[in-house]
Amino acid sequence: MTATKEVIYAGGGSLSALPQETFILNVGPQHPAAHGVLRILMEMDGEWITSAEPIVGYIHRMHEKMGENRTYAKFLPNTSRIDYLAAMHYTHAFVGVVERAAKIEVPLRAEYIRVIVAELQRISSHLVGWGAWIMDLGGLTPILYAFDDREKILDLFEHICGARLTYCYHRFGGVCNDVDDFFLQGTRDFVPYMRKRLKMYRDLVTDNIIVRKRLEGIGIMDAEMCRRYGATGPVLRGAGVPYDVRRAEPYSIYAQFDFEIPHYPQGDSMARYLVRMDEMEQSLRIIEQALDQIPAGPVMGKVPRVLRLPAGDYCYAVEAGRGRFMIRLVSDGKDTAYRLKLRTPCLSNLSPFAEACRGMILPDALAMLGSLDLVIPDIDR
Amino acid sequence: MKPSLEQLTQEFTQLIGPAAGPAPAAPAPSAVQVVDFAARGVNLDVTVAPDQVVAAAQLLDRHGFSLDTITGVDWLAQGQMEVVYDYMHFTVNLRIAVRTRVPRDQAAVPTISTVFPGANWHERETHDFFGIFFTGHPKMSPPFLLPEDADFHPLKKDYKP
Amino acid sequence: MIDFLMSEPVLVVLRLVIYLVAIMAFVGLNAAYLVLAERKGAGWFQRRPGPVEVGPWGLLQPIADGLKLIAKQTIVPPGTDGLLFRMAPALVLAPALMCLVTIPYGDTIFGRNINVGLLMVFSFGSINVFAIMLGGWASRNKFAVISAARIVSQNVAYEIPMLLVVITMMMVTGTLDLQQIVGQQAGGFWQWNIFRSIWDIKAGALGGNPLVWVTFLIFFICMLAETNRAPFDMAEAESELVAGAFTEYAGFSWGLFFMGEYANIVVGCSMATVLFLGGWQSPIGAVPVSWGVLGSLLGVGMFFAKMYALIFIVIWIRWTFPRTQFYGLLNLSWKILIPTSLFTLLLTGALITLRAIYEH
Repeated sequence: MTATKEVIYAGGGSLSALPQETFILNVGPQHPAAHGVLRILMEMDGEWITSAEPIVGYIHRMHEKMGENRTYAKFLPNTSRIDYLAAMHYTHAFVGVVERAAKIEVPLRAEYIRVIVAELQRISSHLVGWGAWIMDLGGLTPILYAFDDREKILDLFEHICGARLTYCYHRFGGVCNDVDDFFLQGTRDFVPYMRKRLKMYRDLVTDNIIVRKRLEGIGIMDAEMCRRYGATGPVLRGAGVPYDVRRAEPYSIYAQFDFEIPHYPQGDSMARYLVRMDEMEQSLRIIEQALDQIPAGPVMGKVPRVLRLPAGDYCYAVEAGRGRFMIRLVSDGKDTAYRLKLRTPCLSNLSPFAEACRGMILPDALAMLGSLDLVIPDIDR
Repeated sequence: MKPSLEQLTQEFTQLIGPAAGPAPAAPAPSAVQVVDFAARGVNLDVTVAPDQVVAAAQLLDRHGFSLDTITGVDWLAQGQMEVVYDYMHFTVNLRIAVRTRVPRDQAAVPTISTVFPGANWHERETHDFFGIFFTGHPKMSPPFLLPEDADFHPLKKDYKP
Repeated sequence: MIDFLMSEPVLVVLRLVIYLVAIMAFVGLNAAYLVLAERKGAGWFQRRPGPVEVGPWGLLQPIADGLKLIAKQTIVPPGTDGLLFRMAPALVLAPALMCLVTIPYGDTIFGRNINVGLLMVFSFGSINVFAIMLGGWASRNKFAVISAARIVSQNVAYEIPMLLVVITMMMVTGTLDLQQIVGQQAGGFWQWNIFRSIWDIKAGALGGNPLVWVTFLIFFICMLAETNRAPFDMAEAESELVAGAFTEYAGFSWGLFFMGEYANIVVGCSMATVLFLGGWQSPIGAVPVSWGVLGSLLGVGMFFAKMYALIFIVIWIRWTFPRTQFYGLLNLSWKILIPTSLFTLLLTGALITLRAIYEH
């Protein structure tokens, strides 16, 4: 049950008649729970929040301008840094929009590899989000376990592209390196290992009474609020709407895989939590199917030497760990983009926060902030 | 009732139709275009006049769409600024792009943040980058992403740092 | 001259001074090495080694930390209440030191056995709240003020069930004198209060408090809350309030707060040992824990074994559970712990009265 002021003061009519003074509290930009450089200007009445306004822009690097100043190939490394926990997804979106515009064919093996690394990235991203969130709630141990699992994924990624965080693995027309048996076998071994770990996390953390008391009924964002603000991803699926870009606008070869879209109707932080845990399980399913079906073949298609896209505007959307990531590319026929718009999920996920946390208590607001799984460079680009 | 492409095409044509006025001097491309999704990433591409964006947003809100993003484009050569509104639907696989053009030196578009509160931040960002003013917006300054004392608009094509 | 020095009052004072020095050294060493134990424990629970760089097994780490803290400048921010700001850390440490004077570590090893020792320990324990609140309020920092307010509400809420529980045990033991309480538990682990209160083998009758396990659990939970340990660390909720009441304290002032926190944990676990686990009594009746110097030292060893086992559990709990919201915490106290402890109090009282009537 959410603790709003009305509930706690129920029956105490005389209390609310006292003159109330509010004070301003700045949560961030330097703060252990701010998930990055996010500042939330809170006006507080004691422990209750009367208004909360997120102020962003502390890590604004203007990737969109960089997109206009660089050729398409030179912008590829930028994509990993927009949201460093979804680097594979974002690079995939960028190569996807260029391939869509230039009508470049991608070989099937490369598509399978892209799906496998995307799903591994999704698991890695959810592990960080989960661990950091539980750490915000005071449980300082699960994040270390999550990072332990993530090490295995990062080792696999390091094997194929040499980087642990910002990969730049995709190229226009495919991927830059083929995967070898070490990677495929390592991924195959990872799947049952991760299933065991997910079960352990369910027993130790999800079923923990304190975690449940902290998350159930807290920070309700219903489907209508998500629609009005454009929130997507686990935030929207936690509100009961089974919207997933992999099903709505099927890209790559996702249409061939059999997976569910986990969604829970309650709209509270616990629903968003359960959506993420279930999504990790579904990602493992997709990885298994992809490993079984991956064909032999080339991993790069034919790409013109100097890439000039036909004039016009193109869109491409992917389902990143945090929600829908879309790129809108306006081209005027030259070898750099005329306008590159990055539609990031965290910005839309954070915008309902001001409305949703009015009247909440500070610890609940911070639990809700953790449930949105924000990466601030994603908001600021 | 779930919206369909034909229904939306019809409703948009009705929305834009009466405002077309006398026939333009040069043949203009069709204002409401059904587009190949695989080639472009949208299903329907609609061009409206700047004062019709709110009506378009209300139309799409009635059908249960959600605002994806707002993009500004600076067409320096043509002396115009373009604003593109992307919409998505959560149950029907439809993507709509609504675009409008305003003169570059007097870029002002009515705000749709009364219809879609999510537009609040997108419009602030477009204003910061292009200088397009969204009339009726509750809070255009201070800048959303740029430094607080920024008085420049970086994504304009004639911007010199 | 020698007669004067060997006279009774001088010896008593001398003994007290020696014990005070020993206790201060004990508290200092404890604070230092409990921190290491906590960090090593945290490391092992989190599948990493913990401090290993400084000294073998990280054993010199606390020395390095202590030197660093002493060398840091104690910054007093402008606008704070100077006297209160400087006084608060000392006010946290001093009562804990005074409590340790009365606790019996062995049959002859105690600072000063006061006949109302139990009362004294819990009276001084209440000053802890006051001191942290002063520190938070005097810091002139919004996070610290919120933290001070939370501390007061949390500690007041958890003092009540703790004292009710202590009163229950007092009814069973019939005395406030800590040494006598331990003395009653002589003879083997079945004589410890935690077992004796269910069924008293010596007397061959129902013990005074059949719900003593519940009582022990309530005491342990309240002790965690009183010392602001997770999951009851609302005051210092790191991810919400930066460092809570201690935000503005740097250098050795913070070190004093820290020492005070660990000293309070030591006091709390010592009281749990004395009240429930038999103090310095050995679990096997035959072992002579009160026979000469060796016996006394053995008793001290028993005491420390039990106390440090409880401290390990305290550390273990901190690194396992997340934190509740503070209204959940207060609900736990007011709605669950207080009714339960009242019930055990009434039950104990009723049983003791019935037995008194029956024996007449």
